[in-house]
Order: sequence, then C-alpha cells, then structure tokens
Amino acid sequence: MSGDEKNKSIIDRIWNLFSSIKLAVVVFSIISATSIVGTIIEQQASPERNIKLLTKFFGPNFAPSAFHILDTLGFTDMFRSWWFMALLLIFTGNLIICSIERLPKIWKVVKEPIRPVTPERLKALSINREIILKEKVDKASEHAAAVLKRYGFSASVIKEDKAVQLYAEKGRYSRLGVYVTHLSILLILAGAVIGMLFGFNASLNLPEGASSVVAYASGGLQIPLGFDIRCDNFNVSFYDNSDTPKSYKSWLTILEDGREAVKKVIDVNNPLSYKGITFYQASYGFVPNRDAIFKLTVTSNSGTKEDVDIKFGEPFTIPGTSVTGKVVDFSPALAVDESGKLYTYAETMLNPAAFMEFSENGSVKYRQWIVARSPQTWKVADGIVEFKHLWGAQYTGLQVRKDPGVWVVYLGCMIMALGLYTSFFTGHARVWVWVRDEKGAAKVVLGASMNKNKISFEQKIDKIAKEIKEYGS
Amino acid sequence: MDSSQFFGIASIAYILAMVVYIAYLAFKNATVGVIATTITVVGFLSHTMAFFLRWKEFYQIGQMGILRAIPLTNLYESLIFFVWCVILAYLIIEWKYKNRSFGAFITPIAGMALAFIDISGMDKNIHPLIPALQSNWLLAHVTMSFTSYAAFAISFATSMMYLILTTEDKKSAPYIFWTVGLGIFITVLLAMGLDFLVFKVATNSPESFIKSYLFKATYRSSSGAVSLVSYLGTAAFIFLIWKFGYLLRNVIASFSISGDLLDELTYKSVAVGFPIFTLGGLIFGAIWADQAWGRYWSWDPKETWSLITWFVYAFYLHARFLRGWRGKRIAVVAVLGFVCTVFTYLGVNLLLSGLHSYGGG
Repeated sequence: MSGDEKNKSIIDRIWNLFSSIKLAVVVFSIISATSIVGTIIEQQASPERNIKLLTKFFGPNFAPSAFHILDTLGFTDMFRSWWFMALLLIFTGNLIICSIERLPKIWKVVKEPIRPVTPERLKALSINREIILKEKVDKASEHAAAVLKRYGFSASVIKEDKAVQLYAEKGRYSRLGVYVTHLSILLILAGAVIGMLFGFNASLNLPEGASSVVAYASGGLQIPLGFDIRCDNFNVSFYDNSDTPKSYKSWLTILEDGREAVKKVIDVNNPLSYKGITFYQASYGFVPNRDAIFKLTVTSNSGTKEDVDIKFGEPFTIPGTSVTGKVVDFSPALAVDESGKLYTYAETMLNPAAFMEFSENGSVKYRQWIVARSPQTWKVADGIVEFKHLWGAQYTGLQVRKDPGVWVVYLGCMIMALGLYTSFFTGHARVWVWVRDEKGAAKVVLGASMNKNKISFEQKIDKIAKEIKEYGS
Repeated sequence: MDSSQFFGIASIAYILAMVVYIAYLAFKNATVGVIATTITVVGFLSHTMAFFLRWKEFYQIGQMGILRAIPLTNLYESLIFFVWCVILAYLIIEWKYKNRSFGAFITPIAGMALAFIDISGMDKNIHPLIPALQSNWLLAHVTMSFTSYAAFAISFATSMMYLILTTEDKKSAPYIFWTVGLGIFITVLLAMGLDFLVFKVATNSPESFIKSYLFKATYRSSSGAVSLVSYLGTAAFIFLIWKFGYLLRNVIASFSISGDLLDELTYKSVAVGFPIFTLGGLIFGAIWADQAWGRYWSWDPKETWSLITWFVYAFYLHARFLRGWRGKRIAVVAVLGFVCTVFTYLGVNLLLSGLHSYGGG
C-alpha cells in the first residue's frame, strides 16, 4: 500500500467504494439473486406451505431444516428484512455517489456552448463530408446556413481569412437525461421511505351494518382512523348464468361525530379516500348470522306490491291475502346434483337461496326454494316473492392505507418518463461547416458528431450534404 | 368469418413464411424473397383483422366499454398479441434495413409461439373481465408490456445470431453459452411437447397441466429409467449442438449480415423496449396496483421478476455506454435479459403464484 493510500481517510475509501460500478453490479446481482429466492419461497405464508414447497426441492427429510435455515435468514419475509433494506440502501448510495462523480464532467459539456474547431479537428470527426461548389465562399456559406436552418440547426458564423465557419448544435441538455432518470429512482425510493415512516397498511373486515373507528395492521395492531367508517351494504354481481364475478361493491359511509360526512360506493378499481386514508375493496366473506335480514319484494296475484324485511323464521304476509311465509332454511350457494339432490357448493354467497314455508290459517300450504339469482323460482302459488338480498350476512374486506409518500412516488414516475424519453429518443447533435476558397471554387467540409443514434444521424447529415451540393440546381 | 378463422390463416401464413424465408436464404432468389415477405404481410393483415374482430366479440360479450374489452386478458390472447408485435417489428426492420435474412430467424419465433399456443391446449374462449381487471389502465399497461417483450424478443434473436456468427472456438465461453442455451431451449420445448402427447386427455387448463404434468413424461417420470434416459438424451443433444454448432455459423455467414448490424439491431431493440417496459410495464403497473389494491409495489413474483428483467437491461445499457462493451459480452447480456423476460411473462404465471396469476387462464 502506498503512502497516499494510507493517508486516505475512511470517508474517502467509502466514497471510492460507492463510486465504483463494480459495487453496482454486485448489489444488482445480490438483489436479483435473493429476490429470485423470494419469489419461490412464499412470503409471509404459513410454515406448512413453505415446508411443502421445499419438500419438492430437498425431499421430506431435509425440508424442515431447509425451512428453518431460510426462516432464520429472513427469506420467508425477505422484502421487509433488515438485510434487504440494507441492500436497497447500498444501491441508493451507490446511485447517488456514481451520479455525483460523473455529473461535473457532463455538466461542463452541458454548460459550454459549441465552439468553432480547427480544420484538423473537423477532419478527425467520425462523420465528415466534403463538397466542392463552384461558387464564392460567401454565397456557398449562406446557402449552407440556409440548409442547416431547414434541419433545425441555427448556425453561428465566424469569418476567417478566405474562409467561413458555421457551427450549430441541438439537444445539449439531453445529456442530462440519464441523471434525470437516476434522480427519479431516488425520488421513488424517497417516496417509499416516506410511506413506510408516516403511513400504514392495514385491513378491516366490516359486516354489513357494522362500523369501526380502527383498522388492523399485520399482527392485529389497532390503528385509529380518526373517524368512523360504516359498511351499509355489500354486493357481488355475476355475469349472466355464471359464477364469474362482475363486480364487488361496498356502500360505505364515513361518520364524523355521528354525522354522515361522506358516502361512496366503492369497487375494486375505485377506492374511497378520506383525510389521507384510502379504503380499497380487497375481499369479502360470508358470516352466517341469525340477525341477517332477507330483503324481499312480495307481489300478490292481484298485483299489490310490498317491500318486506324479515329475519330467519319471522313471518310475512303476501299483501291482500291471508297467506303468510317464513324462511325455514338457507343456503349461501345452492346447487342441484345429477340425481336431483340439492346441496351447498360454496361457503360464500355465490347463489343464495331461501327455503320458504307458506301457510294459510295455521296450516302449511306449500314449501319452496326461492333463489336470488333465478327469477323463475320467485313465482309461488299466491304471488311472486322476489329475493333481492340477504343483508347482514356478508362482510366486506377492506384494505386500508395511508401513504403520504405516494405523490412523491408518482412525481418520481413522471420524471422517470421524462428522463427516459430524453435519454433514449433525443441526443446532442453538433455540426460544423467550414467553407474555404479553393482555386475560385468553394470547398465545403461538413463535420458532425452525435452522442447516440449515430447511424440515423449520419443519414441526416448525408441529406444535408446532398442539399448543400444541389446549390443552384 | 370470426376471429379464430383469421388467426388460423395467420398461423399457417407464418409457418409457410418461415419455410419460404429459409428457401430464400438457400437459393438467394429475389422472387422467393418477395414471396416470403408477401406471405408474412398477408399473415400479419389477417392477424390484425383477427385481433380487432376478437376485440369486437369481447366488447359484445363483456358489457363493459370498448377500452376495457381489449383481448389481452389471458395467456392465449397475450401470446397472440406478442406474436403480432414481433411480426410488426420484423416487417419494420425488413423495410428499414432492406434485409430479409432475419425473416428465417424471426418467423420461427412467431411460429413456435403459435405452436406453443396450440399444443398447450390453452383455453381459447372469451371470458368476461373479473373486477380486478376492469380498469382503463389495462389497455396501456398490457399493450406496452407486450410491445416491450416483443422488442426484447427481437434483441434476443439478433444477439443470438451475433453469437452464432462470431464464435468459432468451441472452447470459448460465448460458444459454449449459445450452444448449451440453444440445446436447453430445444430440449425443454421437446419435453413439453412429449408431456402434451402423453397426458393430453388429463387436463384442460395450461396451468393445471404444467403444475401436474410438466416434464412428467421425461425428466420427472415415475420410472427412473425414463428419467435417466431423458437426462442422457438432453446431454447428448446439447453435445451434438456444441459439436456441430459451427455449421449454423456458416449458414448465417452466408446471408451477408454483418456482426455490426446485428449488434446495432440488438441495441436498437433494447433501446426501444427498455423505456416502454419501464413506463408501461413497471410504472403503469404500479399506478394501477395502487388504485386497485392500495399498494404500488408489493414484491409479488411478477413485479419482482419484472424488476430483475429491468436490472439486466439496465446493466446492458450501462455496460454499453459506460464501459463501452460491444460484441460477444454484450450479446450474452441481451440473451440473459430475454431469458428473464420469458420467465417474467410465462414462468411466473405458470410456475409461481401471485396477484397476477389470473393471467394464466
């Protein structure tokens, strides 16, 4: 180790480490390799699931110990583990320092406008063309300037002895595109950190009719919302004659001090935001419940219609008759098997059906399954019993989130789009034209450089050269 | 005529075009070249027609607005669109560079993707959208993702050709890389084909097919002998490719495509694919996830693999610009990038679980 090396402070050494691209490659590789493991091992899943998965790789004897090792190393919840955060942090530091290291050089280029060059340097440029015009130097250079103008280059002119030099450039600032992209990555990461520090991710299962002032983070931690949220109704609708869901809708109300502040119907791509907290439709479920209310519309044969809300076992009357009905059995998902037997095929309300018993003057007249999704089952002997909804037997599963950093992330995304556009689709183009008198004719030397898309730029230069050549014709 | 008939015409046209392109390369007859291009264009037009017809059919069934009825919601439809993008990109290259030689390499990718669609027996029915997919982001996110996948596919084809063309020494790493890679690629396809032939009747969805039967006819066979023979056969096949791979080099060399052009085309494809992938795949995907689930990034397998793919191509670009990598080294990176892309696109849906696994239907 040389004396210089020794004298370097620890900060210098860390700086040097972080400004190396090798570190970037190593960190990229480690993040990728560990992430691959993280996509195979199911994250935040029950141990049994992962042991079952590992059995496929290691056999039943070694799977439990393999799981134990991976679990200890944090691979079962790796995207939140300290070492993964540390990797992201190193990556961030690396990105910042690499950009700082390279920025001054680029900044110098960006700050300095194009200058005229010597003929020797002009000839050394990778793109250059020579044209002889039978014209005076002045005329030829005016013509060349006009051609350049047509291609978007406003040339500066410098007059030399028996010669004129034109020079122009475009897109000088495009060289900063890469740094704009890097900055946007930093913004996105900053937004993520703000979200982690000042936001939360929680969930809330609200049965129809219930309300809550808290949401539940993972581990059951209660997070106060600062207001009351109530689920007025939840409904799944299906595509005709199938169990393919068409929409999940929750009717939500926000209450402040008991007063209704906001009402909104949310569905999967349409959340409700209130005071920085957003409620997303995430799941739902069936909660068998004696207090649930069957919402019916009963029409008599004479056409009298009435809305009826009843609980399980409570009687209602078909309007204008002395026939009463009541629900005596219920299935959340009624189906008929091949032998004609009825059975329940799911635990959620895919096909809710109420078994109703109708009586007149104390004696049972008939019993019938009324199926909510099949209008043909609503017809009974004394009228039509439309089963609209069973209210209070389902809960809506809400994802509850507060993320003050999300706007920083969005801003970062926009800047990234801008940075990528600049980096890939624009470039710094420079053109020099040197016109010199040579035995009464004008010799035009065209030189150009471009920092990207060289081939298509060269084609453009060829067109410019051709137009300069076509002077007067 | 409905969309499936137009798809049929397109598939036949591409496979026919592949044959004619190969004939063109063999005989170098200009008329044969024009015929090859014509067949490809006819296939492409039919393909386009089919895509829009399916869009219309979906719109009529789906009851949810024309923008959300884009037929890109399951594996079958997405592969069809992917092939469409690849052919479009190829036709642009053929027209811009006045070079037909690539046709013989790119139409097989299109043909194989269509063949995969057919042999996997995946569901071709139109299904209405589940609630999570009912968003206007679907159109932007999915079309841009597949456009970028197609650009990466082109970069894969050109970088692979570059490696084949420029490596001669059988002991050099790039030669071993491409021969072994090609060998694995072909044997995996063959093994999947065998699975399909053996277990054809047992299942009807590609997801359950792959979960239960992948490689069961070969490597994972219950008979130890079959499994052993499969591994030995694969090894022998890879050995043969390694041994005779240079013949392919002679084929490509006779098409008068320069290594520089291949290198440039690889870069151009990545330079088009990378920003589209970043914007459409990652950013639009994140915004959509934020609106639907309340998380713009949740490290689900699809997102994680997209990020890995993004890292590989970011590395490609930085190696090229900062370190001036050219030639074989950079071609290897481009090939690896596409391997990650394929895994992001197919592997995650078929082998891993996650929020995006509905794409496997």
